[in-house]
Amino acid sequence: MEYNFKPKSKLKEFLGEKFIAVNAYVALIAILLIFIFIFKEAVPIFTDAEIQEEVTLEKMVNKQKYYEGRPAKYSWQPVSEIPKYSLLPLFIGTVKAAIIAMLFATPLAVGAAIYTSEFAPKRLREFIKPIIELLAGIPSVVLGFFALIVLATVIQNLLGLTFRLNALTAGIALGLAVIPIVFTVAEDALSSVPGTLREAAMAVGATPWQVSLTMVLPAAMPGISAGIVLGFGRAIGETMIVLMASGNAAVISWSITDSIRTFSATIAAELAEVVFGSAHYSVLFFIGSLLFVFTFIINLGGDIILSRLKTRLQGRTQ
Amino acid sequence: MKRSLIATVILIAAFGILTAGTTITIKGSDTLVRLGQRWAEEYMKHDKNVVIQVSGGGSGTGIAALINGTTDICEASRDMKEKEHKLAARNGVEPYRISVALDGIAVFINDVNQVDSLTLEDLKAIYIGDVTNWKELGGPDARIILYGRENNSGTYAFFKEHVMDKMDFAPETQTLPGTAAVVNAVSKDKNGIGYGGIAWGSGVKFVAVAKDSESEYIEPTVETVSNGIYPISRELYWFFNGKPTGDLKNLVNWALSEDGQKIAAGIDYVPLSKEAAEANMVK
Repeated sequence: MEYNFKPKSKLKEFLGEKFIAVNAYVALIAILLIFIFIFKEAVPIFTDAEIQEEVTLEKMVNKQKYYEGRPAKYSWQPVSEIPKYSLLPLFIGTVKAAIIAMLFATPLAVGAAIYTSEFAPKRLREFIKPIIELLAGIPSVVLGFFALIVLATVIQNLLGLTFRLNALTAGIALGLAVIPIVFTVAEDALSSVPGTLREAAMAVGATPWQVSLTMVLPAAMPGISAGIVLGFGRAIGETMIVLMASGNAAVISWSITDSIRTFSATIAAELAEVVFGSAHYSVLFFIGSLLFVFTFIINLGGDIILSRLKTRLQGRTQ
Repeated sequence: MKRSLIATVILIAAFGILTAGTTITIKGSDTLVRLGQRWAEEYMKHDKNVVIQVSGGGSGTGIAALINGTTDICEASRDMKEKEHKLAARNGVEPYRISVALDGIAVFINDVNQVDSLTLEDLKAIYIGDVTNWKELGGPDARIILYGRENNSGTYAFFKEHVMDKMDFAPETQTLPGTAAVVNAVSKDKNGIGYGGIAWGSGVKFVAVAKDSESEYIEPTVETVSNGIYPISRELYWFFNGKPTGDLKNLVNWALSEDGQKIAAGIDYVPLSKEAAEANMVK
């Protein structure tokens, strides 16, 4: 094409720039507005007297004695004579599912990434990479359904578990959803390690395995960590898989074979019914704000780790 | 090309406008949703001007939709709570309740489980978490795995009020999104126990329930619920905003008529007695 660049009017230039800038700000403003709206619906817990009769921050965090003659406990049962809003069982459930998912997904994904970028023959790599990334295209409801119908039975028969729907099943299915995320980022990070690093290692006599483990992997660490952090954020916020495969029982226990109830599944299951403006409604939005804040902090933490690692490993000063 | 495209769009829009009649939305109870869908199908054959859209989501969802004005009819397997009445009044909604069918809540256990009868006290103890092993009830030495519904379900609320005497479910109760899911879970778990509307049970065994250890154990069937001798039975409701008129009135009167109630019986719901049905019709 032939461009005929003539001197443009200053007004057009100015408008053009500002228009593009507005597009960027719109995204920022959208995120801010979403956070403000969600938090606004949770605020009545701290300000409205009628709602504070039913639930306060203290009631959501500490052990509560609900009935005379029975011990104090942490309980989530919002639809009841005495509504119970303890968040601790939900928090433990969310963390358990995410940790199991990461423990399952990270070795598989990073291992696959190392294989595809370092050792696989070129043709095999062009075959494997898209297929693993295809996993990312599976809708989470399909993964949840698969876990509910197939995976749960297989795991129960293999390990002789009491509960069919439990944290382990949900964690593994969640891991399947997280693998492509960690794999893509890790594989990109490994591939972008400069060839000079590898050549230098080989020049001093390192075997291919030694090159990968001692030179390439550490150099790609910032990228791989970023992938793990993104995967963790996804595991915390994922809803459909845990809703279908975890049993949704708000139990406090560190055993991986017990059922769990996560924050996201609670919101998904209960928000549709809740009476608008009630204490239950505000608590659900409070949980939503918590999820928002957690993922924000996780991603922020990830960014900080990244920049520190980059400084160290690549010898940069900032 | 462009002109023929515009012409096609105009034709489709015109067709849509000319054939549009009334649309009736029905939302709510998962227990009632099959009946609602069946009635909708049959009624639409009956009256071609009406389009009826039925969806589930739980009694609580339906009631919230009625209060928010996003549905014409709310199906519910429980009555509205005081909190919901207050909110309805605040939104200017006057709930009008019509009982359209009966239902029994059956207790399901897996086919291989030998236990076949329980009292209401037993059920309460099981679901509170006081009784945890099947051997205490004459079954195998295995932990009882509890399955239940999410707290937005009318079935949940009814079970809690009438069987559990308003006490809380044990935290280990696995909550599932619909009676079909409960039946599916119990059919796959040999130590499971679950509850749900009798219209849904297949692939699992029903437990005969007695009011107390002195009374007879009654199986949940259409006859025992209709006669009122099965201990856990309830009315299924349709809620409207104000007394129904026009198409809504015709729909509910048809559902309460002999034809409508026969259809309900045909898909394992319990029809109202003739007198009750007549009494409930909108005059």
